[in-house]
Amino acid sequence: MSASPSALQVNIHLPLSRFQLECNFKAEREAVVLFGRSGAGKTSVLDCIAGFRKPRRGKIAMGNRVLYSSEQGLNLPVRQRHVGYLSQQPALFPHLSVRQNVEYGLLDLPRQERDDRVDSILERFRISALSASRPAAISGGEQQRVALARALVREPELLLLDEPLSALDLPLKSLLLDALFNWQRERAIPMLYVTHEQSEAYSLSRRVLLMEKGSIVSDGEPHQVFSAPLNRERAALLGVENLFDGVVEETSPALGTMTCRVAGTGLLIESPLAKKDRGEPIRLALRAGDILVATERPTAISARNVINGHIEAMEDRAGMVELRVICEGTTFCVHITRGALQSLALETGKSVWLIIKTHSIQLLRS
Amino acid sequence: MTSPLLLSLKLALVTSSLLLVLGLPIAWWLAFTRFRLRFLIESVVALPIVLPPTVLGFYLLLELGSRGSLGSFWERITGHTLAFSFEGLVLGSIIYSLPFAVQPFTAALASVDRRLLAASASLGASPWRTFWRITFPLAFPGIVTGYALSFAHTLGEFGVVLMLGGNIPGRTQTASISIYDNVQMLDYSAAARQSFTLLGISFALLVVINALNRNRNWRLQ
Repeated sequence: MSASPSALQVNIHLPLSRFQLECNFKAEREAVVLFGRSGAGKTSVLDCIAGFRKPRRGKIAMGNRVLYSSEQGLNLPVRQRHVGYLSQQPALFPHLSVRQNVEYGLLDLPRQERDDRVDSILERFRISALSASRPAAISGGEQQRVALARALVREPELLLLDEPLSALDLPLKSLLLDALFNWQRERAIPMLYVTHEQSEAYSLSRRVLLMEKGSIVSDGEPHQVFSAPLNRERAALLGVENLFDGVVEETSPALGTMTCRVAGTGLLIESPLAKKDRGEPIRLALRAGDILVATERPTAISARNVINGHIEAMEDRAGMVELRVICEGTTFCVHITRGALQSLALETGKSVWLIIKTHSIQLLRS
Repeated sequence: MTSPLLLSLKLALVTSSLLLVLGLPIAWWLAFTRFRLRFLIESVVALPIVLPPTVLGFYLLLELGSRGSLGSFWERITGHTLAFSFEGLVLGSIIYSLPFAVQPFTAALASVDRRLLAASASLGASPWRTFWRITFPLAFPGIVTGYALSFAHTLGEFGVVLMLGGNIPGRTQTASISIYDNVQMLDYSAAARQSFTLLGISFALLVVINALNRNRNWRLQ
């Protein structure tokens, strides 16, 4: 696929203090959400693209315009990148009026054109009335609108937004998001929107990049990215002891759950809902420490999976005991404390009940 | 013949104005550099605060005199020595008052929010435009303070002037030296007049600066 003239290409390698930033993605003229926990490296990615930070190596380009290339020894200064950047802090110039703030990026234009553009954007973001005010005299929401207008009035070729609205309340936020996304659609420019709120990621964009420890681990539509957050290697990496292949037996979208049968057995397990149809294969992951053990069948309990089995083996590990419990032909690895072992008087061969909450079950990408 | 007071005011004005031009780039560098040995430069700049003025004056006398490299160079060009001249006093005062200008300048420049500078760059502004439109106006109160402190400090200079300029009426006899002279000659009324004038000027200067900064802070809030 050849890159369209305005497509953003990012390939960044940068050692950070806790991990290596390794990012490789492309964005067409679309809004893309960069999602991840705080500290996952999202802001560093934006900083590299905007030019505030220099990667160790890689390449960043907007269509044919190279912004950074370690191969060519090129690192365009921030002011020449023509990127609109907005973060949580509006960073308005406190000594300038709202109008002077907005026209700051247009100082090289002829007076008339500058005035026209500033007037029209003040109008669009409904801040004309604040024109002569100083930033300190207007509210936080108004400040953020001014900052947005200031960034957009320059007609940037790329928009970088780092949780720009997270300090605002919901009604104001949705108002500004509408304005922002309308703008993006009209101009058809790439836009990267950083957030750590899943709800925002769902509502904002059809494409989500999921970042973890400096790498993009998932790229797709929001429901794909969020319903299948793990693959087998990563599950093993995260220390998930129980991995089962299964098939979807029944889905209950109203309850947000589904029932899966562990392959080759009659064992049924209730799990969170994924975008899967009946009969489709699925992989289930479950941590040994997330399973409860009882010697009698518990009643009146919220956990949806209560499974009978018998202890096949016990092994004393550092700080805990690992049990192998066989339930309908499926072996579960269970971690309990020594105290629990003693008070329940567990021994090999004894019949036990395993109790598993629906949301302890993680679904893996197959 | 220039009166000691006028000479002092002229010296202070020239010195603090030159320090504005010379001190700002130094302060800018100190405020923004990531150079590891920055503290060495800071120490050099701060040295005149702790050094006895007579020590500084002594070294300057050696350097600016006919046998000093700078002094002999100056003499070849202009025909007179740098020591015992007004130009010599200016040079000495610049070094003597350097920290009083550079330190407030540096603090003021460093206190400007870096996010504003980043915003300015992302809006296409060159470092030069960012400095004049954002950094300088926001650091302005600190810059005024540095200017006024170096002015007042030069006005009250004694040790360096005495070592470097001697006590030549009309050329190098500044107000503080003239006061000392009058006291030596037991002319207490003349000394009192001059002292009171200096006191008044210093006080007025501080009042103006504080009023200016206060007014400005009000406007930004």
